[in-house]
Amino acid sequence: MAEIEPLKSNEMDLRKVEFTQVDQPGSVGLTGHMKGFWTTFSTIFKKPETVEYPEVKAPTQERFHGRHQLNRHPDGLEKCIGCELCAWACPADAIYVEGADNTEEHRMSPGERYGKVYQINYLRCVFCGLCIEACPTRALTMTNEYELADDSREKLIFEKDDLLGPLRAGMLMPPHPMYPDMNDSNYYKGDVLGAHPSQEVNK
Amino acid sequence: MDTTEIVDLITVVIDGFEVSVPKGTLVIRAAEQLGIQIPRFCDHPLLDPVGACRQCLVDIEINGRAFPKPQASCTIPVEPGMIVKTQLTSTVADKAQKGVMEFLLINHPLDCPVCDKGGECPLQNQAMSTGRAETRFEGVKRTFEKPINISSQVLLDRERCVLCARCTRFSDQIAGDPFITLNERGALQQVGIYEKQPFKSYFSGNTVQICPVGALTGASYRFRARPFDLVSTPSACEHCASGCDMRTDVRRGKTLRRLAGDDSSVNEEWNCDKGRWAFKYVTAVDRLTHPLVRNEAGVLVQASWPEAIAAAANGLKANTSAVLVGGRATHEDAYGFSKFARIALGTNDIDFRSRLSSDEEREFLAAHVVSSSTTYRDIDRADHVVLVGFEPEEESPIVFLRLNKQVRKRALKVTAIASKLSIGVEKLKAEFVKVAPGQEAAALSSLALTAQSIILVGERACESAGVLTAVAALADSTGAKIAWIPRRAGERGALEAGAIGNLLPGGRPVIDTPARVDIATFWGVPSLPATVGRSSDEIYAAVNSGSIGALIIGGVDPLDSDNSAAALEALEKAFVVSLEIAPSEVSARANVVLPVAAITEKSGSFLNWEGRARSFDAAVHDSLNRSDLRILSMIAEEMGAELNLGTVTAAAKEIASLGAWDGARASMKPVNPTDAPTLSGNQFILNSWRRLLDLGTLQKGEENLAGTARQTVAVISPNRAQAMGVADGDLLMISTSHGSVTLAALVENIHDDAIWAPRNSRGSQLLVNLGAGHGAVVTVVKL
Repeated sequence: MAEIEPLKSNEMDLRKVEFTQVDQPGSVGLTGHMKGFWTTFSTIFKKPETVEYPEVKAPTQERFHGRHQLNRHPDGLEKCIGCELCAWACPADAIYVEGADNTEEHRMSPGERYGKVYQINYLRCVFCGLCIEACPTRALTMTNEYELADDSREKLIFEKDDLLGPLRAGMLMPPHPMYPDMNDSNYYKGDVLGAHPSQEVNK
Repeated sequence: MDTTEIVDLITVVIDGFEVSVPKGTLVIRAAEQLGIQIPRFCDHPLLDPVGACRQCLVDIEINGRAFPKPQASCTIPVEPGMIVKTQLTSTVADKAQKGVMEFLLINHPLDCPVCDKGGECPLQNQAMSTGRAETRFEGVKRTFEKPINISSQVLLDRERCVLCARCTRFSDQIAGDPFITLNERGALQQVGIYEKQPFKSYFSGNTVQICPVGALTGASYRFRARPFDLVSTPSACEHCASGCDMRTDVRRGKTLRRLAGDDSSVNEEWNCDKGRWAFKYVTAVDRLTHPLVRNEAGVLVQASWPEAIAAAANGLKANTSAVLVGGRATHEDAYGFSKFARIALGTNDIDFRSRLSSDEEREFLAAHVVSSSTTYRDIDRADHVVLVGFEPEEESPIVFLRLNKQVRKRALKVTAIASKLSIGVEKLKAEFVKVAPGQEAAALSSLALTAQSIILVGERACESAGVLTAVAALADSTGAKIAWIPRRAGERGALEAGAIGNLLPGGRPVIDTPARVDIATFWGVPSLPATVGRSSDEIYAAVNSGSIGALIIGGVDPLDSDNSAAALEALEKAFVVSLEIAPSEVSARANVVLPVAAITEKSGSFLNWEGRARSFDAAVHDSLNRSDLRILSMIAEEMGAELNLGTVTAAAKEIASLGAWDGARASMKPVNPTDAPTLSGNQFILNSWRRLLDLGTLQKGEENLAGTARQTVAVISPNRAQAMGVADGDLLMISTSHGSVTLAALVENIHDDAIWAPRNSRGSQLLVNLGAGHGAVVTVVKL
């Protein structure tokens, strides 16, 4: 193997470095200019894409990656089981989850475990959607909401309350028991279609 | 491995590579030596081979004759001329392994997202490396109700179990508690407990750690975290003097679990449940956070560090002072206390024994224990082990495991000199020499030992006069080795650091002038106090008589002494500087309270009973709490003395360069045993020890752990039970002039004169309730 010789001091003297002239592109000519200005000219007759944001808000593409949402089962129980696979998948380390036990008195999700702490740091999130792919219960999905600017670090770390989806018709606010005679598998299979009156425990 | 042992080497070929291994090595181990990983579940190097999971199938031929079918490499020892083809070179082995994996996964639930093992699961990993990508099973998986508690701290998910029998083999072979077993047959086979005997083993946590799937999980860690959340730090166990290597897993500054580390010369891969599951005391809400100083109105108020340090220094300077350092300080902290006493306070009045103790013990420690080096390896080689004042399973569980291993492997002879036959001693199949409490010395003299024998002496040996004298005499006459095994992790370190009245650091006797000069020169001080210092009890007495005016106390519970009234009175009377992690009896009576770092927040080392250093780093790095050592240095500086021990590293360096004393050891003054007291009708002699799981301060807030503590009972002998008309479960009131406790009776093998009760368990805090722990005559009444 050849020895690498150390640089001599005069080799590092900028004044002694030789510069080479790089070829510049020549004139584009009249046709070239015409081509370019045609684009500008033709745009005059097109409908403008610009909207008066924020007064006017154009809808995003259907699969736009926006703010996350934690979904609920049709009876209101949370789908999140606190497994942390989203946090694991996250390339930006933006998600923090702590799991906890479901008990008979305090049930937040079907099955044994629920996400007690759920935080997404939108200063870190790159909206890649790997967390959505990782979620085993489809608890975590993304909405099309993109207005996520704010003025402090704290406000941009979304807690579970900020991320949970709203209670829709037929849903009850957890904690409440599971649908009678159903287990967690039934929930995953979609057998539960809405809340049962007996689940209404915290009026 | 010992170089004197002659080993027959056998050469085998694995995947085309030759390897020479000792005779009897299993094929799977031989492959490991070549770096060839054969997948496995049931195989564990410390358990007997069983071949239960069939995952490690390989193709084997011996001298050209091939086995007709793939063989389990974890059960077959190497033979000359063996050619092994693993999954790497044999398609048959590969297909066999994939097939076994498929079978194992048929009934395994797909609940990895909620399983605690997910992410560190051998089944997950090996299913990825040697399994099929797609399942072919379309039926319904077998399910069980889950989880079931097999004890208050271990949960069992039967459907996740792959029936490897690691847990049952561990419990049977290593812990000697065969409380779990495989029940039923076929697809319904499952791990189960006996109905009448729950899985109340002191070592049950190890089954959780060695379970290759998530079938056994710890109740206090269930759903707490995922492996990738955790930052792991190698650490040492602070609970007893066994000296286990540990791993502490921390998330965001909070310890979430602790696991046994792998140190073949100490704990092998095991630890006890206390070491594994008792760590919440560190994060308990009542930690001291700010220095407190008692103001003129007599109220403790928050103060700044400079104020508190100045108040402490002034108080200590203005009085004759003494030092009490509990048995839980690290070696470095104990050295700090020791140097502080000598240099800043100019006294030898320092004692680490915050428990029942005697002067005989102090002399015994100086003459026979300090700088001695009996080790676990010596137990492995011993021909006879004698237990005196020592209950290994309760007081040093890893010593128990080592004894149990030798008893099981080579029928090691164990003799226990005690009043009560304990569960642990029974498991060791020990010869039980039954003596009345206080009469252990007489039994010792009749033992025939050799130079290969070991006498394991517990800290309770000092509670009967003359026992340590007899131990020393027996060792002298037979050449047997002595090992002193205290209960607390810091005691041996404190002894070596000279945190005791008759010794300076490194085992230098205080009364030996060259030894004193040696230390004085090293520390750069003109001279050191020459009189032997007082013991804990004497220090409390001296405070009460007025000859000591100030105390600096670190990690001491005054209720651990049998004269706690005097101790508490002394604390009220003296100017007390308390170094504590949480409010205690001492800090409540202190004039200055200085919060210190807990074990997870600082680095340092413990010396285990062998004298082996067990050093550890801080597991929680961003703690603002300072170690005892740092605070002592600050107080000393304020007092005008230079300790020069700003950091743990500095202290460790100083201890290392000081070294052990090479001069003559202190001698021991023989003490005669006291005569047995004469007992009338319903009188007994009290006998007790602390159980592993009890009301110890470091077990605060661990409810799951407390659930597996042994029952609080009073044990009496069948003869006396008959005489008193007592049956199991009857209530007995044990009383002294000080007070009484009422406990359920248990009739067992115990000396007729003795009654046994746990020393510090729920409902039985003998030192507080009776003012005695051992040897006192008590009156017992059947209620």
